[in-house]
Amino acid sequence: MTLRELSPGQSARIDEIDARQPGVVRLMVLGLIEGAEVQYENSAIGGDPMEVSVHGAAISIRKQQAGCFRISPITQNV
Amino acid sequence: MSEVQTTYVPVENITINRRASATIAVIGNPNSGKSTLFNRLTGLRQTTGNYPGVTVEKHSGTVQLNDSALELVDLPGIYCLGGFSADERIAVDVILGRVAGTPSPDGLLVVLDATHLYQGLYLLQQLMEMQLPMVVAMTMTDVATSSGIDISIEVLQRHLGGIKIYPVVATTGRGLDHLKTALETITAAAHPDIPESWPELSSTANELANRCEGQLPRIDVIQALIHPGGKRAERLEQLVGGEVIESVRENLFGEEPPQACEARHRYRWVHGVLQESQHQAPLIERFGSRGIRWLNQPWPATVLFFAVMALVFQAVFSWATPMMEAIDLGASFLSDQVSGVLPAGALSSFLTDGVIAGVGSVIIFLPQILILFLFIIILEDSGFLARAAFLMDRVMRTVGLSGQSVIPMLSSFACAVPAIMATRVIPNRRDRIATILAAPFMTCSARLPVYALLIAAFVPDQSVGWFNLQGLVLLGLYLLGIVGGLVTAWIMKRSALRGPKPHFALALPEFRRPNLQTVLIKLYDRARIFLKRAGTVIFAVAIIVWALAYFPRSEVIPADLQAAVTQAEANYNGDRLEQAILRLENEAAAAQLEQSFLGRAGKMVEPVFLPLGWDWRVSAAVIAGFPAREVVVAVMGTIYAVGEEAEEASLTAKLRSASWPDGSPIFTVPMVLGLLLFYAWCLQCAATIATIRRETNSWRWPLFAWTYMTVIGYTGALLIYQLGSMA
Repeated sequence: MTLRELSPGQSARIDEIDARQPGVVRLMVLGLIEGAEVQYENSAIGGDPMEVSVHGAAISIRKQQAGCFRISPITQNV
Repeated sequence: MSEVQTTYVPVENITINRRASATIAVIGNPNSGKSTLFNRLTGLRQTTGNYPGVTVEKHSGTVQLNDSALELVDLPGIYCLGGFSADERIAVDVILGRVAGTPSPDGLLVVLDATHLYQGLYLLQQLMEMQLPMVVAMTMTDVATSSGIDISIEVLQRHLGGIKIYPVVATTGRGLDHLKTALETITAAAHPDIPESWPELSSTANELANRCEGQLPRIDVIQALIHPGGKRAERLEQLVGGEVIESVRENLFGEEPPQACEARHRYRWVHGVLQESQHQAPLIERFGSRGIRWLNQPWPATVLFFAVMALVFQAVFSWATPMMEAIDLGASFLSDQVSGVLPAGALSSFLTDGVIAGVGSVIIFLPQILILFLFIIILEDSGFLARAAFLMDRVMRTVGLSGQSVIPMLSSFACAVPAIMATRVIPNRRDRIATILAAPFMTCSARLPVYALLIAAFVPDQSVGWFNLQGLVLLGLYLLGIVGGLVTAWIMKRSALRGPKPHFALALPEFRRPNLQTVLIKLYDRARIFLKRAGTVIFAVAIIVWALAYFPRSEVIPADLQAAVTQAEANYNGDRLEQAILRLENEAAAAQLEQSFLGRAGKMVEPVFLPLGWDWRVSAAVIAGFPAREVVVAVMGTIYAVGEEAEEASLTAKLRSASWPDGSPIFTVPMVLGLLLFYAWCLQCAATIATIRRETNSWRWPLFAWTYMTVIGYTGALLIYQLGSMA
């Protein structure tokens, strides 16, 4: 599963990143790296770009790049 | 001898403005409260200059301390030492001491946002590699506390090799005294230990720096390794050999982009530090945050964006109009005073129609520009513009750009000059130029007087359904500009500026209340830059256009006028006489214009514009408008002999009755529509051309933009007139 399949409100841990795809390095510099916990916050109309947060910092990411981040969702225990 | 009076001033009341003994660079993430802190420390003791060769402004100021003074240089906010955009590159170049004329800083004041330590610490450890004296100011501590973030400064300091961290609240000034005391001794401060986030890189860099024997400092070695292809990288390869560097890179980074490896190592370290030093209490659900979360949803956010933009434009036009009218009145009052005192002639005309009208035409834009800037700065500082870029990214993608082009395009509805300067945040040069070429198409405030005149004169004031036809035509002209700009970007991105699709990775700041002092300082700064850049060009253009319309003077026309006035005095009296004299004087002014350089030029190019249905008068007005489109209304006023005060009502009537020698009207519907289209698309603004030249650092793009826009404006007007006249 990749970040682009995450649904709004869901959290996930990043497992693997294909850093060689264009535009991915910039997102890693903003803090999206392996092991980081991300949450899908919001999106623009149509679901693209998405707004994800990592350590309280919100980052905008296009679906195309989101596909380069392999994740495992975190089931929230309420 | 009289006694000399002596007043004693207590020594502690004497303030001495000391000269700065050292230069400190202020650096931090965007939206970290860096500028607010900078303003707070320097007060109004600031200067704005330019870095040589680049267009990014240099902000510096002096902070007065007890026994000394320091020069602070405020740098654009950055996330890393990579340098993706023009703004980021200059920040990196300044702290690395690569900018000619700006000495490398003696120390760094790093601004760390307590609510965004994750990204802040990433930059901080990159800066620690530089081995410069460093003081850290932690801002937003109040916001952090209220949102349940608990930070142990002691633990943090231990992880940062003993760098001192000073919590401050820049908006209230809390903690500033401690920070200032720390700055006092900054140059004597010990160099921080380098954090052990990536020992392999550290030891490799040390080894390579040793092999360079001081020819390339350690930080440059690191930069050269991580950013292949740059000047530093070339130098390093020269010093230790290309194959060595090749194998070192492969060892460190493998197949991955170096910056990606760097991000992994450094953020892993940050994560570890935060685990020990920061505790996040469970967030208390507050009404405010719930409201904002609801507004951030796709549809509410998009509707809010358009509502706010509509409000801004409404305010820009309705608030500015009274001020613009006042400036206009003031300018004509001044002109009347001058022409009342001075004898009629070249000097009087130069002062009134040249200088006063020229200065007037610059400051008449100030109200709109200031109001628009004020809104843009508030929207920017509150985090709204980043959201706008996020929401509009999808739309911009269809023309090959990204959401980052939205902000410049919005600015250009007031004026293309600040809009073109605002493109600096766009990382890719091709995308930046495509945005620069699209921006001048947006309907700027200088186009409005021409639109208003022609619409009032030739579009019937009737309603179409719920709407007014005149309003609909104006709306259509705005849309024509938007479409023209977007299609231009689309074509450019598919031809000359073809390149990889822009990426859109943007940090989205939270909504925050902007700081008044910061907003006002920014507003003053941008207004000053606008007046300097655009103002000088517009003023020079006004003088040149005046000279072309004034010279050469005919001797015959004033003599004929005198004779005609004498005859009128014999025939009429009272009001009728006054009217007759006014009419004769206006006709004489029109006759002078007809044989001036401008009038001759109009007649010379008439054949070129004849296929568009324009006579020499319209052609002359259009030529006069090429350096600055807003002069067209004034030139038309003179050319159609309605006198100095180009009153709209009388000019409208004159335009309606203007006719060809055979008696057919000049201003037919197809001709007017063509003329409007010509105005919507032509690049008739020397200030914009000068700005494009500055920002792209070549004449190629301004010349291309001018030619391209003139050609499509002409072709569009030609098609509309010819097709419209056939029907």
